[in-house]
Amino acid sequence: MSYHPPKRLSVFSWELMGPAIVGSFRKLDPRQLVRNPVMFATAIVALLLTVLLASGHVAASIGFQVQLVLWLWLTVLFGNFAEALAEGRGKAQADSLRDTKAQLWAKQLIGVGDVWDRVPATRLMAGDRVLVETNDLIPADGEVVEGVASVNEAAITGESAPVIREAGGDRSAVTAGTRVISDWIKVRVSQEPGQGFLDRMIALVEGAQRQKTPNEIALTILLVGLTIIFLIAVSTIPSFAAYAGGSIAVPLLAALLITLIPTTIAALLSAIGIAGMDRLVRFNVLAKSGRAVEAAGDIDVILLDKTGTVTIGDRRATEFRPVSGVSATELAEAAYLASLADETPEGRSIVALARERYGLPERQLPQEAKFDPFTAQTRLSGVEVDGSRIRKGAVDAILAHTPGAADSAAAAELRRITEEIARSGGTPLAVERDGRLLGILHLKDILKAGMRERFAELRRMGIRTVMITGDNPMTAAAIAAEAGVDDFLAEATPEDKLALIRREQIGGRLVAMCGDGTNDAPALAQADVGLTMNTGTQAAREAGNMVDLDSDPTKLIEVVGLGKQLLMTRGALTTFSVANDVAKYFAIIPAIFVILYPSLGIFNVMGLESSQSAILSAIIFNALIIPALVPLALKGVRYRPAPAAQILRRNLAIYGVGGIVAPFIGIKLIDIAVNGLGLA
Amino acid sequence: MANTTPEGWILIGGFIVLTVAMAKPFGLWLHAIYEGRRTWLSPIVGPVERLLYKVGGVDPAREQGWRGYAVALFLFNAIGILFLYALQRVQGVLPLNPQEFSGVAHPVAFNTAISFVTNTNWQSYGGETTMSHLVQMLGLTVQNFVSAATGIAIAFVLIRGFARRETRELGNFWADLTRITLYILLPSCFVYALLLVFLGVPQTLAGSVAATTMEGAGQVIALGPVASQVAVKMLGTNGGGFFNVNAAHPFENPGDLSNLVQMLSIFALGAGLTWTFGRAVGNTKQGWAILAAMLVLFAAGVSSAYIAEASGNPIHHAAGVDPSGGNMEGKETRFGPAASALFATVTTAASCGAVNSMHDSFTPVGGLIPLFNIQLGEIIVGGVGAGLYGFLLFAILAIFVAGLMVGRTPEYLGKKIEAREIKLAVLAIAILPLSILGFTALASVMLQGLEGLQDSGPHGMSEMLYAYSSGTGNNGSAFAGLTASNDFWGLTLGIAMFLGRFFVIFPALAIAGSLAAKKPIPAGAGSFPTTGPLWVGLLVGLILIVGGLTFLPSLALGPGAEQLAMLRGQTF
Repeated sequence: MSYHPPKRLSVFSWELMGPAIVGSFRKLDPRQLVRNPVMFATAIVALLLTVLLASGHVAASIGFQVQLVLWLWLTVLFGNFAEALAEGRGKAQADSLRDTKAQLWAKQLIGVGDVWDRVPATRLMAGDRVLVETNDLIPADGEVVEGVASVNEAAITGESAPVIREAGGDRSAVTAGTRVISDWIKVRVSQEPGQGFLDRMIALVEGAQRQKTPNEIALTILLVGLTIIFLIAVSTIPSFAAYAGGSIAVPLLAALLITLIPTTIAALLSAIGIAGMDRLVRFNVLAKSGRAVEAAGDIDVILLDKTGTVTIGDRRATEFRPVSGVSATELAEAAYLASLADETPEGRSIVALARERYGLPERQLPQEAKFDPFTAQTRLSGVEVDGSRIRKGAVDAILAHTPGAADSAAAAELRRITEEIARSGGTPLAVERDGRLLGILHLKDILKAGMRERFAELRRMGIRTVMITGDNPMTAAAIAAEAGVDDFLAEATPEDKLALIRREQIGGRLVAMCGDGTNDAPALAQADVGLTMNTGTQAAREAGNMVDLDSDPTKLIEVVGLGKQLLMTRGALTTFSVANDVAKYFAIIPAIFVILYPSLGIFNVMGLESSQSAILSAIIFNALIIPALVPLALKGVRYRPAPAAQILRRNLAIYGVGGIVAPFIGIKLIDIAVNGLGLA
Repeated sequence: MANTTPEGWILIGGFIVLTVAMAKPFGLWLHAIYEGRRTWLSPIVGPVERLLYKVGGVDPAREQGWRGYAVALFLFNAIGILFLYALQRVQGVLPLNPQEFSGVAHPVAFNTAISFVTNTNWQSYGGETTMSHLVQMLGLTVQNFVSAATGIAIAFVLIRGFARRETRELGNFWADLTRITLYILLPSCFVYALLLVFLGVPQTLAGSVAATTMEGAGQVIALGPVASQVAVKMLGTNGGGFFNVNAAHPFENPGDLSNLVQMLSIFALGAGLTWTFGRAVGNTKQGWAILAAMLVLFAAGVSSAYIAEASGNPIHHAAGVDPSGGNMEGKETRFGPAASALFATVTTAASCGAVNSMHDSFTPVGGLIPLFNIQLGEIIVGGVGAGLYGFLLFAILAIFVAGLMVGRTPEYLGKKIEAREIKLAVLAIAILPLSILGFTALASVMLQGLEGLQDSGPHGMSEMLYAYSSGTGNNGSAFAGLTASNDFWGLTLGIAMFLGRFFVIFPALAIAGSLAAKKPIPAGAGSFPTTGPLWVGLLVGLILIVGGLTFLPSLALGPGAEQLAMLRGQTF
């Protein structure tokens, strides 16, 4: 099968709008509506008015009442529409993944040897073993127990370059739906049916059995509370009216109630949540729960691995430091020769530097040259060429392997240079030729571009960055200072990492980290946000609460931003919704009370034409604001890293003050239109 | 601004400045008691304190969880209600009854018992003509102290909820009650009563004196232990006066100076508690921010009331009343519009309920301010303790709504605000409209309710609304006009006072329990700032929007309609 990631659909394209419109009617099902209490209340009021109208209880003019009922139902439908639209974007992707899943068959290994049975993937249980050969789709998530294969994971990551999966080590995890392109592997299934990565991804992009997150639950409680308070406020009005010697028709009270209860945020709440998850998915990060996304917004400390996050993976030679009596060219030439056979990126960078800086001619190692590769035991490598022996390696290793060199003046100088380089965060490599110490190669970690600014940004947002590295403290301190991280953990073992996370958490801080190895698993599980690389082991992927399909650890920073954006969008629209009520009061209160006390017409500050048009305009505004805000709910409010006070001031001005002012203008304009069209 | 005077504005401005100045000294004193520290009073009061613990079998060091605290508190209050009810019913056969009053009738006794235990001090009777000295001293005065102490104790618990971490322990109710009474209320009332005597307030056990007026007519002038009761009615924001007309009576409130001192004493402990709060949570700015938000609301309210009262009533002016004096109906000439409007705003901002003028006779807008103050839950400085914990409930809501906008799960003082806190805060806040609007709606359609009204039209509406607001908010001031002594009013107001007190207290205690169990998150650049003007503005905005929107329809039909009618010269 070939996988085509669905093309990015614009929110209001017909491809999405059509199904969403159908979906908004389907969501009128009370069992679905009841999950959103405020919209449920709106639907009940709409139903009540419909019944009243149908049974001939017409209090005001019939045309007015029909319009009122219509707009109340539209309010409910708009809410459903927002949710359906948000879900729709994930649906296409989910359908494609579901196709993939339907095609999965397994070669289940039975007994010993390579005897297998063809079974549907859905029957596989955790612990079963399967054989996957060239061109087979991997039927279930699991761990490679035998063999090596290259696997195309495009179905999951959208990235078509194959990756190697092999038994043992950190590259043993395989995912259902990905395809083996060469060789074969035996896989032990690690998932129960229906609970694999693919299933989770389908559920996720579809937003199907989306659980409400803790913060969403709290917000829903607040919205229900406000609804109850306004219900009390409105339902006591008939008695007050009776006291004043009049009465107020039920449809008018219904209109007042619906405009006061927080329909706007209630209608958009679930769309905001789905869209937040969708943003992550499009960013190629899968969160296992909405809770994790919210936690991302709350992060106080980010642990970043030095290699791959703070620095690019490889070190580069930047300088030749000869000892006294040796020319730089001499050192460069020796280093050049010693590195010709060294295919590591460090080796290549030495060759490049020697040629660039000292114009050494390009040459090949002669056939008879003998190369001793680097080993962990000797911690040096060497070459025999042109009748001499050149070696380069760790400074103490070179000194130990050069008889009589340790006490010489050159050795003392070598140690001085070494210390200087180490203090600056670099890695020194000593070079000797035929027992003569030549000097030091300065290898340097290369910082990723732009990271310093990112860390400064994080600091302004109140997030601390901690760099994790296996380097010694001196080197780590130098790199940390250069990169601008707040803190570092040097010579870090997985246990150290775990301890650091625990320590921060005891202090009340939330910690995010990323990792991929099996030994990262405990720390990933302990962290509040554990972002696992998709290339990581199954254990790591199980432990973390998010998976990055692109395996790019710097994304952790964006994930935090996306979490914050989700919370901000929710807060901004809640504030806007509550602030809207002020104007609605000014529209409706004079309109319905003016029959009791005509003087109350003075509160009609917007100068709305008539009572009926005022009520209609408020209810129309209340309904139309929902679709008007759908793009914002789906896109999220603008987010730029800044201190909380600054973000608050800005958002309060836009959504708080704006929320008070906007409906005054909106309702007035609608009133003009309503009267222009002769609707009231 | 018509007819307002510089002297009036100076009085109001000066009052606000003095309130700010009082906050720290009172706050420091309260903080010492909050922490149970030794003070210079310990050598004198300590033995009494220990004796009380011994008699009660209380170990003051054994702290309670929020449930244990709530049970103890409720038990104490329930017994208080029963005792006070019984005492009134049988006062006729008990000593210290020089005027030989008979037992108090049922609805009044029921109403009064709840009223004094809930720190409301709504009085549906004339104090000097109904209650024996024994009831006044052993019943009402005791409750004046312990109901105030109860309020402060709850504030302490909520403060502990924010200040403590990962604990269930929130203090010991009996110890808090005893300490607050012995170290704060009794000594300060003692000193304050002496000051009042100095200012001319009587303090005697004699029942009354007979006097012959200048016209030669005989007059019986009621007397009694006035100064001591005035001291605690103000400091403890009880509000129940010795005399029926309360602080408008020259014996309760002889002059300008006593008037100012009495207003300040209403705010003293409430303002002090905001400082105590800041200190306890480790940043006094947090407390100042709350006091600032309270005083912004206060300044807006008092200015509106003053302008309305100073402008007077055009209907009166048309009838030939000199407009320069403002609206003087129901006011003491010695106080005038400014001091009366200020007193009315203070007594309703705090849940005191003492009055030096008749709120019923205020212009509609002038009367709307006290009414609205009460409806907001009396969180503007507020009743002792009750003001702070009521305000903190709003702060929790404000931080939840707007806090999300900084992109974090909302947290206040490092404590995450989650579903449980929101549920409880909403419950506590929703009880106000439920009781106020619910009962007013009931009264406005029931014959029994309507028969208590003095006026028809929107003013009658205001009278009902004010009564239930005052009861639910545990204020106790009345819009006069209303006669609330029949069974219906006695019963419903009693229930309103009970709901308004305990259905806010229990959620507040539960929130304290939930917060104390949490681990605080250290503040940083990413935390929501809760000290600056932005936060103050946010608090003010949320309180006005949530509180205002809830009561706007009823206010429009009451004082709103009335004010507009008055301006057009319409009467009902």
